[in-house]
Amino acid sequence: MKISESWLREWVNPSVSTDELVHQVTMAGLEVDAITPVAGVFSGVVVAQIISAEPHPDAQKLRVCQVDTGASPLQIVCGAANARPGIKVPLAQVGALLPGGLDMPGGLEIKKAKLRGVESFGMLCGQTELAAGDDDSGLWELPDDAPIGMDLRVYLDLNDRVLELDLTPNRSDCLSLRGIAREVGVLTQTPVKPWQQAEQPASSSNQRDVTLNAPEACPRYLGRVIEHINISAPSPLWLRTKLERAGLRSIDAVVDVTNYVLLELGQPMHAFDLAQLQGGIQVRMARIDETLTLLNDQTINLREDCLVIADDTQALALAGIMGGKASAVSASTSSILLESAFFSPAVIAGRARSFGLHTDSSHRFERGVDFDLQRTAIERATELLLPIVGGSAGPIIEAVDRPSLPSKTPIRLKKQRLAQGLGLELPGAEVVRILTALGLELLEETGEAWLFGVPSFRFDLSIEADLLEEVARIYGYERLPTHISAFAMDINNISDSQTEKSTFKRHLVSRGFQEVITYSFIDPKLHQVFFPEQPAVLLQNPISADMSSMRTSLVPGLVATLKSNLNRQQTRAKLFETGLTFVSDTGYTQSEKIAGLIYGARQGLHWAHDKSEVDFYDIKAEVEQIFALGGVDIQLQPASDLPHIHPGQSAYVWVNGQVLGYFGALHPTCCKALDLNKPAYVFELDLACVQQGRLPKARGISRFPEVSRDIAILVDKNVQALSVQKVIERAAGEGLKQVTLFDVYAGQGIDLTRKSLAFSLLFQHSSRTLTDEEIQASMDSVIQQLAEEFNALLR
Amino acid sequence: MSELQSLIADAQIQIAQAADLAALDQVRVDFLGKKGLVTAQLKTLGALSAEERPAAGAKINEAKDAITDALNTRKTTLEDAQINAQLAAEALDISLPGRNNALGGLHPVSRTLMRIEGIFRAAGYAVAEGPEIEDDFHNFEALNIPAHHPARAMHDTFYVDPTHVLRTHTSPVQIRTMETQKPPIRIICPGRVYRCDSDMTHTPMFHQVEGLVVDDQVSFADLKGTMDQFLKAFFETDVAVRFRPSYFPFTEPSAEMDIQCTQCQGAGCRMCKHTGWLEVGGCGMVHPEVFKACGLAPEQVSGFAFGMGVERLAMLRYGVNDLRLFFENDLNFLQQF
Repeated sequence: MKISESWLREWVNPSVSTDELVHQVTMAGLEVDAITPVAGVFSGVVVAQIISAEPHPDAQKLRVCQVDTGASPLQIVCGAANARPGIKVPLAQVGALLPGGLDMPGGLEIKKAKLRGVESFGMLCGQTELAAGDDDSGLWELPDDAPIGMDLRVYLDLNDRVLELDLTPNRSDCLSLRGIAREVGVLTQTPVKPWQQAEQPASSSNQRDVTLNAPEACPRYLGRVIEHINISAPSPLWLRTKLERAGLRSIDAVVDVTNYVLLELGQPMHAFDLAQLQGGIQVRMARIDETLTLLNDQTINLREDCLVIADDTQALALAGIMGGKASAVSASTSSILLESAFFSPAVIAGRARSFGLHTDSSHRFERGVDFDLQRTAIERATELLLPIVGGSAGPIIEAVDRPSLPSKTPIRLKKQRLAQGLGLELPGAEVVRILTALGLELLEETGEAWLFGVPSFRFDLSIEADLLEEVARIYGYERLPTHISAFAMDINNISDSQTEKSTFKRHLVSRGFQEVITYSFIDPKLHQVFFPEQPAVLLQNPISADMSSMRTSLVPGLVATLKSNLNRQQTRAKLFETGLTFVSDTGYTQSEKIAGLIYGARQGLHWAHDKSEVDFYDIKAEVEQIFALGGVDIQLQPASDLPHIHPGQSAYVWVNGQVLGYFGALHPTCCKALDLNKPAYVFELDLACVQQGRLPKARGISRFPEVSRDIAILVDKNVQALSVQKVIERAAGEGLKQVTLFDVYAGQGIDLTRKSLAFSLLFQHSSRTLTDEEIQASMDSVIQQLAEEFNALLR
Repeated sequence: MSELQSLIADAQIQIAQAADLAALDQVRVDFLGKKGLVTAQLKTLGALSAEERPAAGAKINEAKDAITDALNTRKTTLEDAQINAQLAAEALDISLPGRNNALGGLHPVSRTLMRIEGIFRAAGYAVAEGPEIEDDFHNFEALNIPAHHPARAMHDTFYVDPTHVLRTHTSPVQIRTMETQKPPIRIICPGRVYRCDSDMTHTPMFHQVEGLVVDDQVSFADLKGTMDQFLKAFFETDVAVRFRPSYFPFTEPSAEMDIQCTQCQGAGCRMCKHTGWLEVGGCGMVHPEVFKACGLAPEQVSGFAFGMGVERLAMLRYGVNDLRLFFENDLNFLQQF
């Protein structure tokens, strides 16, 4: 909400500077977002009247004006098209300082000058030249009654500043000048100008009946006819200025006055063109088949949960939100019906938004308008309106259903709560002073507690904690005690077999991976490339179409990140991410994954490394190392059914009969679709499962000598090394401690269908030294079994 | 015995002239070997009388010792020279980078989160996490934000269906914890949150850390003390912290937390919009309605909650000036952390 500081100071004028005022208000919870001077810095500008404007003898576009400033006339040469005799305009006199703009921070000084040979003693100004408005069409034409010779800053109150308050939704009571003034009064302990609204007697008997058909939604509605008005009478300068400084445009006197009352008192009002009303006012819920064209030309289909103001035949306005086009005040209006009503927040909340609307009125009603304010507001509007547009006011017709008005249950504040809740020792008298200054009423006091009545303008006060906050706010959060908590010592359990998420992250970092964080929603087209058959959770209201599909895997995000970095001229990458993935099932299953991607050269450009590129065994190593952290043994199964993964270079990872994820090369069709010219290798594992490690269990170690024997065999190419190793382990007997595959070879010198595998066998017995004969027997057994099972030949 | 003297003098010359260990060893053999010149002198002892023999023998041994000493000294010198030559030959260019030297890096948001978690864990807080697609109850209703509450407008919410949203804060994790765990509760809830908002200063996804403390006697003074201590610990400086009244439906009283601007130290600059202060989060005492929604009796428990934007803290801590950089994942940016 924007308000003019000088308007505020008409109501409450604490002897503090603007900055201090803003600080106090901000620290009380009414955050001031901006302080904007209403005009630029200038001096020496007065109201002047053009007496004559003759063409310049030597310049077609210039005029030579004689200007009255109250003393002897001045000659001013002026280039504005609207310079003409009779108008009153701002005159920057010789010696005046005007806003200089960026290139002239010191300001522009006006000097006596000669323009094409004609002397000029000053400069007539437009709004932009004074940084006082946006109108750059010519001279700033001031009202006819502007006092000649008066300093412009004084005349237009241009030393004023606009304060922009960012109010929290609970403080609807501060959506008005009166509310802010009340708050400032309490904070600065300055008296606020009391409000005494004079009754505006009826001078006509013209009236319309009001019927409350939905009293819970609208328990109070006041209407007043004002007839025979002059709608073309302009709003006076003071009214327009105040509205403009609050960010509202002047429309006509009727709208301006209702807006003024909205700003001043916080009561949204509406005016109907009386001629368009058929009979009386009905405040009712809309019917399902009704439509209404609003002031903004939007035609809406009303729903049964919408409150409308109707006449005897049709809906006229969307109550508390926006008036209807048909019944709006127009240039031809001669009589109006003023509305001042209380609509229940519950019946306004959400309705404006459901039609894509947000108005000053709905903003206030959905937060809560003082339900005792309506008569004051309609009298105030009448008081302001009649002197401008004339006419005669009829009687106020008030329809009220008192039981449906909000009930304000008094709140009990236990005295010990201040110490318990805030750690604050405050004299009781001070608590009472603060709360009563805020408009609460002390109803009862006992040794233990106070009972406070809540004013009708405070919708946010209903429980004890609310009163604690009010006391704390006015006392000052800054002054509240600060306490270093002493909690009961409670030792957290830390599992010895669970690996922390951060351990995996740091592990991958030390292996050269860069962590990334990508959006959880991805482009549905990207999802399609990876998982053409898999449905994804879709956002109903995405930021944009390419951020609408909740990821089912971290891999697309990693690949997209790779892609964007390749576009930025990176050539290799090792990336990882952890985060939730989302399954499109009824319960929205969400599981946390850890995923990595490697691409390009195994090592960055380096004097000691070749330029070899990563392959399947690099990504496999990463997966093996991750599980090694928790001491977990993994089994692998070919992963031939993943649409985005190469069926021949991939594997599912199994632990204890459960699949925990997969790794492998990205499918060539995926690479092609994403324009990757080298294969990318990825892994994706279920984080919670990976975290589950093994508690180490120690075994005895042997003191007897180790004996090592190597063996190289030829087997068919499609034989898996692991199966050969398993046969060796089985055939070698109990003396075998360890088998290591140390060479794999296929190519020249070997049958093309076969490959050579070389193993090193390490023998060691736990309780004695093995003999050569025993070891030879083991080796013979191994060779025989390999020959039987794989048709293996010794090399 | 001038013969012995000249033998020693000869030996010393040859020892000094020996250029390497092999030549030196040859000198040793020539003089002290089985057929060496000094050994030959011993053989002359047989020709001497028994009285003369001990003195003559002693002289020869003296000569032998003198030559041996000279040999050893020279040997040490030659060995040192050899080692030095080897060292000189083996000297490497230590400026060449080491092998396998590529270290990756944590994302700055992760780094910040780990730091925050570390600080709170050390103070006895546990870390709690929860789902990111949340139901309306946990994201709003239980937090005292009923349908159509104006506060919902503060949260530009992503919907996946009419009753499920992308969580707009990590507060639902607090609710889930209070539903399942008895006080005392001391948790922090880090994680991703989502708001339907994207511009210079907003990304549709960002990270929060919220905290919750529930016990039988917790006051606003405890909250102030906790936040003050945390912010000082996080920024590793005695930064000024201030609390302003604010509004959140799930806390009462509620406060906004500011720290003195880290750039201008409170003097006022562009970063703090010339206020001297930077907003870092919100906090307050848990609203009784929230306790009720979680099945706790508001008369028996009290608690405070707080929430901070992780990107905001990371930006202040590491001098990042554009929020959007965090999710562009440009390696040139990320590798700085």
